[in-house]
Amino acid sequence: MSTIVLLLITGLGLGALYFLVASGLSLIYGLMGVLNFAHGSFLTIGAFIGWEVARRLSDGSWWALVAAMLTGAVVGALVAAATEFFLIRRLYNRHIEQVLVTVGLALASVALFEGIWGTDPTYVTSPSWLGQTTEILGARIPNNRFMLILVAVLVLVAIVLFLKFTRYGLIVRAGVENRLMVTALGIDVRRAFTLVFAIGGAAAGLGGVLASIYYGYVSAHIGGSLLIFAFIVTVIGGLGSLAGAAIASVLVAVLQQFANFYLGGTGDLAVVLALAAVLLLRPRGLMGAKA
Amino acid sequence: MSAFRARPMTKITASAALVLLMVLLPLLNITIPGVFPGATYTPGTLQLLAYAMLIAALALSYHLLFGLAGMLSFGHALFFAAGAYGLGIVLRNFSPSWLPAGATFVASILITVLIGFVLAALVGSVSLRVTGISFAMVTLAFAQAGSVVVRRNPGGQTGGDEGLTLDVSHVPDALVGVLNTRNLYWLSLAVLVTVYLVVLWVEKSRAGHVVAATRENELRVRVIGIRPYFVRLLIFSIAGALAALAGAAFLLLQSGVSPRVATPDFTLTLLVIVVLGGVGLRWGAVLGALVYTLLDQRLTALAGSEFIAGLPDILRIPLSQPLFILGTLFILVVLFLPGGLAGLTRRNRRPQRPRARGRERMLDSEETT
Amino acid sequence: MSTTSRTNILTVRNLYGRIEGQQVVEDVSFDVPDTGVTALLGRNGVGKTSTIKSILGLIDRTGAITLAGRRVDRLPTHKVVQLGVGYVPEDREVFGKLSVAENLKLAERSAHPNRALVEELFPDLVQRHAQLAGTLSGGQQQMVSLARALLNQNRLLLVDEPTKGLSPKIVTEVTQALLAAAKTVPILLVEQNLQVIRQLADRVVVLSGGRVVFTGEAAELLDDPERIQRYLGVHSGADHSSTDHSNTEQVPA
Repeated sequence: MSTIVLLLITGLGLGALYFLVASGLSLIYGLMGVLNFAHGSFLTIGAFIGWEVARRLSDGSWWALVAAMLTGAVVGALVAAATEFFLIRRLYNRHIEQVLVTVGLALASVALFEGIWGTDPTYVTSPSWLGQTTEILGARIPNNRFMLILVAVLVLVAIVLFLKFTRYGLIVRAGVENRLMVTALGIDVRRAFTLVFAIGGAAAGLGGVLASIYYGYVSAHIGGSLLIFAFIVTVIGGLGSLAGAAIASVLVAVLQQFANFYLGGTGDLAVVLALAAVLLLRPRGLMGAKA
Repeated sequence: MSAFRARPMTKITASAALVLLMVLLPLLNITIPGVFPGATYTPGTLQLLAYAMLIAALALSYHLLFGLAGMLSFGHALFFAAGAYGLGIVLRNFSPSWLPAGATFVASILITVLIGFVLAALVGSVSLRVTGISFAMVTLAFAQAGSVVVRRNPGGQTGGDEGLTLDVSHVPDALVGVLNTRNLYWLSLAVLVTVYLVVLWVEKSRAGHVVAATRENELRVRVIGIRPYFVRLLIFSIAGALAALAGAAFLLLQSGVSPRVATPDFTLTLLVIVVLGGVGLRWGAVLGALVYTLLDQRLTALAGSEFIAGLPDILRIPLSQPLFILGTLFILVVLFLPGGLAGLTRRNRRPQRPRARGRERMLDSEETT
Repeated sequence: MSTTSRTNILTVRNLYGRIEGQQVVEDVSFDVPDTGVTALLGRNGVGKTSTIKSILGLIDRTGAITLAGRRVDRLPTHKVVQLGVGYVPEDREVFGKLSVAENLKLAERSAHPNRALVEELFPDLVQRHAQLAGTLSGGQQQMVSLARALLNQNRLLLVDEPTKGLSPKIVTEVTQALLAAAKTVPILLVEQNLQVIRQLADRVVVLSGGRVVFTGEAAELLDDPERIQRYLGVHSGADHSSTDHSNTEQVPA
């Protein structure tokens, strides 16, 4: 029982990370049809700069952590918005080229991160409470899992509120359905593009700081490795669906944890098999709209 | 343009001459400073060229997917890795007493290529159920799974992070050791020519025409009663087999293989190469591979040079990262040079007629009548 | 081109439109006067919808398009619309996952939208404001689509097959709404239903083979069965209502 609880909550924590990456990917894809390979780099730069700030403030205090998270989100948002504005926009409606540009950006940026911060992992110091455990139903749960889950839920709520109650949220929702008709109502949908990139980048940058707490370090490849699972999550959840991304994040991460524990560390393979199964049974994903 | 089309013999002659030059290269003493690390007969240069040719063969197989069929796969490295690791594992485990050593070697290579074909058929049968961006992500997921398997070192077969070392007991002596780099060079050239001819044959075949038509307009192909799925699957499997062949030769050339070739990043490199060279052109893929490999090698050498070490941080850090420069170059090509390097030469041939404008005029004058 | 001395709100000269490299509008020229309803007619697949989309820049176009004295052929869609164009697309294109109220709110271009007019014309929508537009009937969706255009102060309405696939009762309602709108704003209307054209259109422009083959007063065409047969491929006469609505135009959306 305690093992199951541990696996479930750890899975939820990992799912929270997946969601922070996948939510942006899904929104961007839904609105613009862009598969963003550079999204992992938004996460990595958010993590690096977030921790640079935290380290200068104080090692391991709560307010340094909060500063790191805010910085990570802001940096992620700025880098993402700049990417949209300077690279993606020039290739409007040329989806393959847009993917290629993000691929180039991903390769170049990871190399640059290695140049700046080295190829070895940079270890981070977070508040000591996060390194301790709390006992729930006999399971000793690392405390940082709770924070991951809490932050991801807050981000989910914030994105839903934005989509539901702001004019730009309305534009984004309408644009996901029918982008051309939005422009035919006299709305410059490109501003929504930049905004969606910024939101996705903020979530990813925040996710970067949290991911480095989860793993205990930052490295130039931290974003890239999470990105692949985030891709799988967005396909399983249904491209362009935020709810799908949230549900699939949890399912994928929990499945991964259980397979890792009970099936001899085969979590990654189980996830790929799950992806194959979903595609065979439901090519549009769990919550995907019509192509 | 018609002048170029009217003389196919010239093209064949030129290609033959080029191949002949490549064959003779190890016997010549040509030095191109800044491009090759030494004279063309030295093992170092031959090794680099052989490496570039195998990457070119791999890029050609990727061209079948992306250039011909328009399938944006992010999992092609899987089949290259299957070839490299496959041959290594087969050579270690497959030694029937009734076969002479040389025949075992050839049979092992054939088995490896077959493995590549079957693996691609399996992966393709699932991935091709979706198209476009979903297809890209699914192939990426499979490649990631392959990468994970390789690193896990199942049954002690792949060597995990250390990689796999070639077991030479069934490999002909002529293909072993630095002194035989020349032979490995010729082997790589033979692989490249073989792959080129197979790709050419596939492109000219009925399946090639159908799959190219599917890329342009899927509906039109469906209307004439062909299910694009099976044609795509065939192309996907052939490309997998060719990648496995290149991978097998890669193992021989390097006397081993590291898990790096199984990573999705390696596929991204392939994509960069094909786009850099020029999407949709066979020799664009070859050109891209040669340029990329040589640049990568030279930039790495440059990164370690004293000149770079003496620069201030803001220049030193980016310039000492070959992938940063290559990635940036790639972005610039995508943004400003849609036809890639091959497109550049083509444009120079007809500078007076930029593409978009030309097409517009054609539509105005011909199709409105 | 224009046969009247009235000023034109829209002039289209040598318009070409392309969808994925395929020519769908070829050298089309016509005018829309600044009052009344101009009907754009022609057989199925002749490029009526594509002409409308070209004017808006929803598909690639070249040619000279002048709206209220200003060239708009190089402007992106949203800029054209902001100059005062209301668009009621073929197949309505409401946002199915948005509520009726959200659909309308999205369409409001000014701080003072004409909600009163919409509420008067379509009282049904007021009741259903919280309902998802995707769950409305075809007729109700058409109301939403019309309301989106009528909410704003427009210089021109582009209305594409507003009665397509609707029941006779709804067709009447839609026609009434358009008649009311036409009192204040000029309309360029694509329509297949001859009965509706008779009620609404002042002038007609007929396309054939992607080009304009007839321009003139509506009555001139509508009172000439031979021309109707030749241009539109339908018989005029008693069976107006049976004008074929099942054949949609063969224009990719």
